[in-house]
Amino acid sequence: MNFPADLKYTKDHEWLKVDGDTGTIGITDYAQGELGDVVFVELPAIGKAVKAHDSFGTIEAVKAVSDLYAPVSGSILEVNKELEKSPETVNKDPYGAGWMVKIKLSNASELSELLDASAYKALIGQ
Amino acid sequence: MNLKRTAFYDIHVACGAKIVPFAGFEMPVQYGGIIEEHKLVRERVGVFDVSHMGEVEVRGKDALAFVQKITVNDAAKLAEGRVQYSAMCYEDGGIVDDLLVYNMGDHYMLVINAANIAKDVEWMEKNIFGDVNLKNRSDDISLLAVQGPKSLATLQKLTNADLSSIQYYHFVRGTLAGVDMTISRTGYTGELGFELYFPSDVATGKKVWDAVFEAGKEFGIGPVGLGARDTLRLEMGFCLYGNDIDQTTHPLEAGLGWITKLDKGEFNGKQVLVDAKSAGMKRKLVGFTLAEKAFPRHGYEITSNGEKVGVVTSGTFSPILDKGIGMGYVPLSYSKPGTAVNVNIRNKEIAATVVPLPFIKK
Repeated sequence: MNFPADLKYTKDHEWLKVDGDTGTIGITDYAQGELGDVVFVELPAIGKAVKAHDSFGTIEAVKAVSDLYAPVSGSILEVNKELEKSPETVNKDPYGAGWMVKIKLSNASELSELLDASAYKALIGQ
Repeated sequence: MNLKRTAFYDIHVACGAKIVPFAGFEMPVQYGGIIEEHKLVRERVGVFDVSHMGEVEVRGKDALAFVQKITVNDAAKLAEGRVQYSAMCYEDGGIVDDLLVYNMGDHYMLVINAANIAKDVEWMEKNIFGDVNLKNRSDDISLLAVQGPKSLATLQKLTNADLSSIQYYHFVRGTLAGVDMTISRTGYTGELGFELYFPSDVATGKKVWDAVFEAGKEFGIGPVGLGARDTLRLEMGFCLYGNDIDQTTHPLEAGLGWITKLDKGEFNGKQVLVDAKSAGMKRKLVGFTLAEKAFPRHGYEITSNGEKVGVVTSGTFSPILDKGIGMGYVPLSYSKPGTAVNVNIRNKEIAATVVPLPFIKK
């Protein structure tokens, strides 16, 4: 399993890639493996304000449904429309084409609460 | 509780299976992915390890009378070499388990759900009378289900038994891959398929598994986990004990009237079922599909005009229909195909339509 060093991670198995005041959010390779085949991703409306740790969407796999939790607070800038047609992209490329939302960060101090790759790996026992 | 392993555990791990605890066993839930495995069975051939299932042998002069007493179907009509889908009921009509009954000639074999083995055996022992001998053979028997349109062509390479002559819900005793076994034309997928019962030692298991996979190689054979077993059975509208049927449901409302022979003589639960039938059914297990991309799950409410009218017993994404499908009990007035209902999914009312079962026509 792959956990890129340039990403930040949550205990709920999301990743965040920070670029200035913009963050891209997805789920980790571990999470997609545990969920199995993803068949639908429900994402928020653009402009919606989200708070760190709150659910911003849901992800349906064949076996079960899970909430998606925001790693940080902010407002939704963009959602990955491609996932409507090809939700399986989340399984195939969780850190790339399988991204879910882009968010404008409202509180940069929250970043320090996130895990780095090695801490996340320790969390999942890798 | 210590989890058990089937004879194929090491093989599953070597195949990259994700192993989960299920009914007291460490079982493969998926290998590559549920959708891929599901389609493999619908289009080609897949192999399920279902050795966790229980087998109980019934012997003795009163074996038939015993089977008649504890099951709802008419075992007197079950000729040697045939299999019958049936159910065991409590006196109140609630279902103890659903099962397969095999007439093996000199005895009956009852195939029961893994999660219910202890409960079922206890119930059977409580119901013993006369000359009846029960033997729980669950740990002695491996069971592989080879299912899919290419299952016959795969297995025929490994046996002299003429598999094409075995009718649905019939079986033969024969040698396959050099192993003496029961070859049964049964399954839980709706596809052409066979279930193979043979001794549970690891060496025999490996011999059969390897031979089946070698024979099926040209058809793209692959292993299939419990995840796809569930989506495959649900597309066919087959009941799963613990979800769609249990001690609080009776066979008639579960759509199992076709196996419930109220005219066969006395059996456990008969009076309650006769009364229920004459009083008229209050509710019925139905199938429904969802109009939008949303998926019903066990326990979600079925609603109409904002009122709860039922509960989803099973639900999933259907890989073949590419939409959400589910089953649940609704009042009779909502059970007609075409009836519009809603399923409450995370506090949203999602439109659903009652449809006839099975969801896919085979």
